[in-house]
Amino acid sequence: MDLQSAWAVAAKDFKIFKRKSTVIYACVALPLVVGIAFPLVVQYALHYGKGLINVVTLPRFLDAFSIWFLIGAAIIPTAIASYSLVGEKIQKSLEPLLATPMTDGEILLGKTISGLLVPVGAIYAGSIIFMVLMDLVTQSTLGYLYYPNWHIGTILLVAPLASLLSVEINVIISSRLNDVRTAQQLGMLHILPFMGLYIASELGFFALNDTNLLILAGVVTIIDVILFFVSKATFQREEILTKWK
Amino acid sequence: MIETENLTKKFGDLTAVDNLTLHVDDGEVFGFLGPNGAGKTTTVRMLCCLISKTSGSAKIGDYEIGNRADQQKIRRMIGLLTENVGLYEELSAYDNLDFYGRFYKLREQKRKEQIEYFLRMLGLWEKRNDAAGTFSKGMKQKLAITRAMIHDPQVLFLDEPTANLDPEASKTVRDFILELKKEKRTIFLNTHLLDEAEKICDRVAILKTKLIAVGTPQDLRRSLSGRKIKVQLQRVDDTIVDAVKKIGFQVTEITDNSLVVDVSNPEKENSAILKAIEAAGGHVQFVTEIGSTLEDVYLKLVRG
Repeated sequence: MDLQSAWAVAAKDFKIFKRKSTVIYACVALPLVVGIAFPLVVQYALHYGKGLINVVTLPRFLDAFSIWFLIGAAIIPTAIASYSLVGEKIQKSLEPLLATPMTDGEILLGKTISGLLVPVGAIYAGSIIFMVLMDLVTQSTLGYLYYPNWHIGTILLVAPLASLLSVEINVIISSRLNDVRTAQQLGMLHILPFMGLYIASELGFFALNDTNLLILAGVVTIIDVILFFVSKATFQREEILTKWK
Repeated sequence: MIETENLTKKFGDLTAVDNLTLHVDDGEVFGFLGPNGAGKTTTVRMLCCLISKTSGSAKIGDYEIGNRADQQKIRRMIGLLTENVGLYEELSAYDNLDFYGRFYKLREQKRKEQIEYFLRMLGLWEKRNDAAGTFSKGMKQKLAITRAMIHDPQVLFLDEPTANLDPEASKTVRDFILELKKEKRTIFLNTHLLDEAEKICDRVAILKTKLIAVGTPQDLRRSLSGRKIKVQLQRVDDTIVDAVKKIGFQVTEITDNSLVVDVSNPEKENSAILKAIEAAGGHVQFVTEIGSTLEDVYLKLVRG
């Protein structure tokens, strides 16, 4: 495996993303909203909420808000990964790429890196903004700095794994489709389990505590490994040239 | 440089290429002609290790198609212009070429030199920082050929390089290929433009799933279409036509003042024909050999 070649594919994709403002907006919108809007909501509620949020309930709210970084990590790569492969298909640029000495694995790795790095970077940047602003907003109420803590640390551990899951699912879906929007819509279906966990935790059926998040990390890792082999099996030169519609 | 023996590709029940046997010499420009669906692109894809062969064998240089260990080596020594240019439209011309140069382990300085050399050669250097998406079709095609050349390949596969181009752009691309021909590169040219093949290629093969014919354009014209002479007269009448037929020649076309006669060896047979015409009262003004075109040969072969 030649990592330089894989990186060249990823770097090329980054250059293209830079010129596609919609891809950039899709990456930064959710982390910015969670990172900035949620602290503002908490600030507003603490001042005008008439006891809605207090020193007892505030940590639960903060933990619930921070789960959005996990959901975001699963959602955001859909915008990039689906464009990355379907875009190559639309521009018919895969055949010349496949005629180079690159291996299928190197191309796939490059596509995975490009689909993963920007969303994970955006999530991490958003989470830093979130932690700083939340600490500023909540320190006077709590009497201490809530962030950083193990809970958001665990979330940020699971986040890249969720993003990788998203990228791999989108590689598999993109290989069968020629339309970016359809690929994105289908690629979004994998966030349903994450949303389900979030809703279940909010309704009290399930606790998204550190232990369960670590278990979730283990499960997602296993799925990531399985999907890697599935996407590698899907990404074959001959299949791409003769069967990809 | 390129050798195939009984090379066959099947997609399920469909045979795309059937027992193709040919060889292309080092430094030769080889034209691969055939109608749509004849198996030209499939052959190129097999030779470029993009798809597997069903049976038979093929070699590029010393490397065997289908041998896993040789695939990377083959891809390093070939350049491919695909039927669709497949450029990254958002990237500049320079970035498109630089991206591909990286896969062939060209050092940065060498990449820069190669890119500048080819872009200047094609008159695109001034537009190197423009997005490829802003280029005309002809410019895109030239850029795509440059992309295939960036690592200085020994063998260049060009799949329909002038398809969908206007005449001016076609000429530019054709002239560029002729420039490459001077560098003694082996060029495998897929085309259905016979005029193009005749102008550029040293030899051509005609494919219709199976190989129908192979040779120089001149040889194919002569061997498959025969030779014809046109005799220009003051006036043609039945007596003259009968006189030519009587000495064993076929008259294929008659006008008021000319005859077209099928011959096998005009250098020897012309004098007998002219004597017969003169004896029948004809006044010959001049005689010319009519060359049949590659198109005549092609249509004759492809239509079976």
